[in-house]
Amino acid sequence: MAERRAAGAAAAEIVFDHVTKFYPGRQAAAVNDLSLTIPAGDICVLVGPSGAGKTTAMKLVNRLIDFDEGDIRIDGRSVRELDAVELRRGIGYVIQQIGLFPHMTVGDNVAVVPKLLGWQKQRIRARVAELIALVGLEPGDADRYPSQLSGGQRQRVGLARALAADPAVMLMDEPFGALDPITRDRLQNELLRLHDLERKTIVFVTHDIDEAIKLGDRIAILREGGVLAQYDTPDAILATPADDFVARFVGADRGLKRLALRKLAEIELESPNGVPPGTPYTSAQTTLRDALSLMLTEGADRLVVVDDDGGNAGVLTIHQVSRLLSER
Amino acid sequence: MSGGPVIPNFGEGSSCVLHNDLFCSDWFTQNWSPVLQPALVQHIELTAKAVGIGFVIAFAFAIVARRFRIVERPFSLLSAFVYTIPSLALFQLLIPVTGLTDTTVLIALVGYTLLILFRNTVEGFRAVPADVLESARGMGLTGLQTLWRIELPLALPSIMAGVRIAVVSTISLATIAAFVRPVGLGHPIFDAIQDNIFKTELFAAGGLAVALAIGCDAILVAAQRGLTPWTRAKRS
Amino acid sequence: MILADTFQPSTFLDAFRFIGNHGWLIWHKAFEQLVLSAAAMGVAMAIAIPIGVWLGHVHRGSFAAINVSNIGRALPSLAVIAICLPFLGIGFLDVLVALVVLAFPLMLTNAYVAVDGVDPDVVEAARGMGMHERDILLRVEVPLATPLLFAGIRTAAVYVVSTATIAAIAGGGGLGDIIVGQSEYRLEGVIGAAFCVTVLAVLADLALGGVQYLVSPRGLRKPRRPFEVDATIAHPAVGQ
Repeated sequence: MAERRAAGAAAAEIVFDHVTKFYPGRQAAAVNDLSLTIPAGDICVLVGPSGAGKTTAMKLVNRLIDFDEGDIRIDGRSVRELDAVELRRGIGYVIQQIGLFPHMTVGDNVAVVPKLLGWQKQRIRARVAELIALVGLEPGDADRYPSQLSGGQRQRVGLARALAADPAVMLMDEPFGALDPITRDRLQNELLRLHDLERKTIVFVTHDIDEAIKLGDRIAILREGGVLAQYDTPDAILATPADDFVARFVGADRGLKRLALRKLAEIELESPNGVPPGTPYTSAQTTLRDALSLMLTEGADRLVVVDDDGGNAGVLTIHQVSRLLSER
Repeated sequence: MSGGPVIPNFGEGSSCVLHNDLFCSDWFTQNWSPVLQPALVQHIELTAKAVGIGFVIAFAFAIVARRFRIVERPFSLLSAFVYTIPSLALFQLLIPVTGLTDTTVLIALVGYTLLILFRNTVEGFRAVPADVLESARGMGLTGLQTLWRIELPLALPSIMAGVRIAVVSTISLATIAAFVRPVGLGHPIFDAIQDNIFKTELFAAGGLAVALAIGCDAILVAAQRGLTPWTRAKRS
Repeated sequence: MILADTFQPSTFLDAFRFIGNHGWLIWHKAFEQLVLSAAAMGVAMAIAIPIGVWLGHVHRGSFAAINVSNIGRALPSLAVIAICLPFLGIGFLDVLVALVVLAFPLMLTNAYVAVDGVDPDVVEAARGMGMHERDILLRVEVPLATPLLFAGIRTAAVYVVSTATIAAIAGGGGLGDIIVGQSEYRLEGVIGAAFCVTVLAVLADLALGGVQYLVSPRGLRKPRRPFEVDATIAHPAVGQ
């Protein structure tokens, strides 16, 4: 299997510097004075309602669309400096309909960019095998055609194809939008797992705030007209939405969403002494949100937390949860 | 009608020929080299040239039409117009323009292939899914690379279907060309009709034409299958 | 045989004048061609459509049914006429048989595909309601198959009308007589007759389109653009 790679070896910092894009014939800007910095190796999710310019903003990075004002820099170099075609060969690109080449086998699909870059046959073959295993496919799948695969399998191939040339940056445009919820959940977890192993800078576009919270190291919420409403970590956005729009967009249950971000193992628990028998218990891997749900269902005001070895880790009270909720 | 020489079979023929029986194998074997084989070869040559030239022209225009959509309409209409002219008439109408030569026949045949080849090529390109083109561009393929590695292979099924129809219909039309020029398998057919409905020759030449057409059709189907393996991959 | 008439712009006008001057001749020949075509279509339809519809209904024989049209399309029309001549001699019958051989495969395939392709859910619903097989076929499948069925009939009709032009070579009469008679009718005659053949083919297509409109169930009536060249099934108006 693939070894863990350090960030920085294959990730790049992306900087949007007052970027503006107008579509001809339209008065309102598609992207309006967008400025943000994505640290190398982070997943930055662009999220917002339709018309917010998130796909446009993403496509500005690999110059499928050219911006009018401002600049975008990858690792300090403006994207305008490189020839567009060369730029794109160094960026992984995944779209919702995937766009696998139907006349090529899975293996040939994955090998497209390495071939363009002139890699040697041996190296390409090894890389293809490595990636197919990495995205959770069978080795035999390399010789199959896209029409023979399921939607989820195809999107895995799409991921593998984008990773093939080991790019420093990946752009993903609602890649899981066309999949059923179970497959989507699975692939989201796959992505997080892959990201752990190969820390690339990923710009991920979605309209689903829950997906954004699950995947993003940082979230950029855009509103209509391509204006940045808030750019911060998921926890910070849920705790302190910048304005009404953001508050409405993240949902009225943002407090609970915040709870879902943390596991019991991460917080300080109270002493387990003096706990009445019959108190419900749960594992330390449970999220705060699920723990609260359990307490409400069982009608209890506290839970016993069991750690991974089976021993008592502590007690969680409903007061604690309430206190954590109001923390900023 | 036909100006070619009548095949001398008086006095030299067997009783079979003299009685104009259904099929005289002696005549067949005697006349294979002088009459039938040359006609067959001519026919194949004519078809190959016509489809070849027609393909080059139609393909060139299709590539241009891919970029400049306005080219499509006039070319389509022109080809469709040529198409509606009865072939018998087309051969004759060209003679005052290009003379009583084999080239005239070739020009007419090419004209007929243009419509189907152009249309199928354009449709083939059009059938390439938009998301495939987008991901190709996003991955950093140049326009030319996209055309060569992605669009052409994916347009191939439609193009091959067009070639198949073009070949088959050209073989058919080429038989009629013998009405104006003694060329191809139509020539012995016309001769035989004039020669008191000489049955053996009719069967021989007609049979060869049918065999040629069906044979080419089968070969092209096999070629199409061979060149496009992904179209038959079933979901397992 | 073929005289090297010269082509002048006036020749086209002369062609129309020819048609005007020889009205009776044109009518006569056109009528001959129509009768021949109609007869061929009638026979071919009588054979092809019942077989095709039945095969489509029972969803059998798909390989044969679909591929027979390829063979039919591939057959060189003149060669078919040539092969029929020894048996039937010159004249109407020979060309009739040849035209039937050419039209029959196309309509068989279309009839099969049309009925086979009727939405299976609809057929299943009909069966579930307790309809007899025969009723399902006649009152559900055939009406729903009408558009595609007629597409095949129209394409075949145009093909037959145009191909009947060659009938002249085998003594079948028709406008082809004028076209092969350039020595008598000159270039204007050839152009005029060719034009008439095209008109005849278009008229046949339109007339059948009218029939299709009348016969189609009301819910399925769609306006169809005329002169649609469906080059992937068979050749409409290639005059042969």
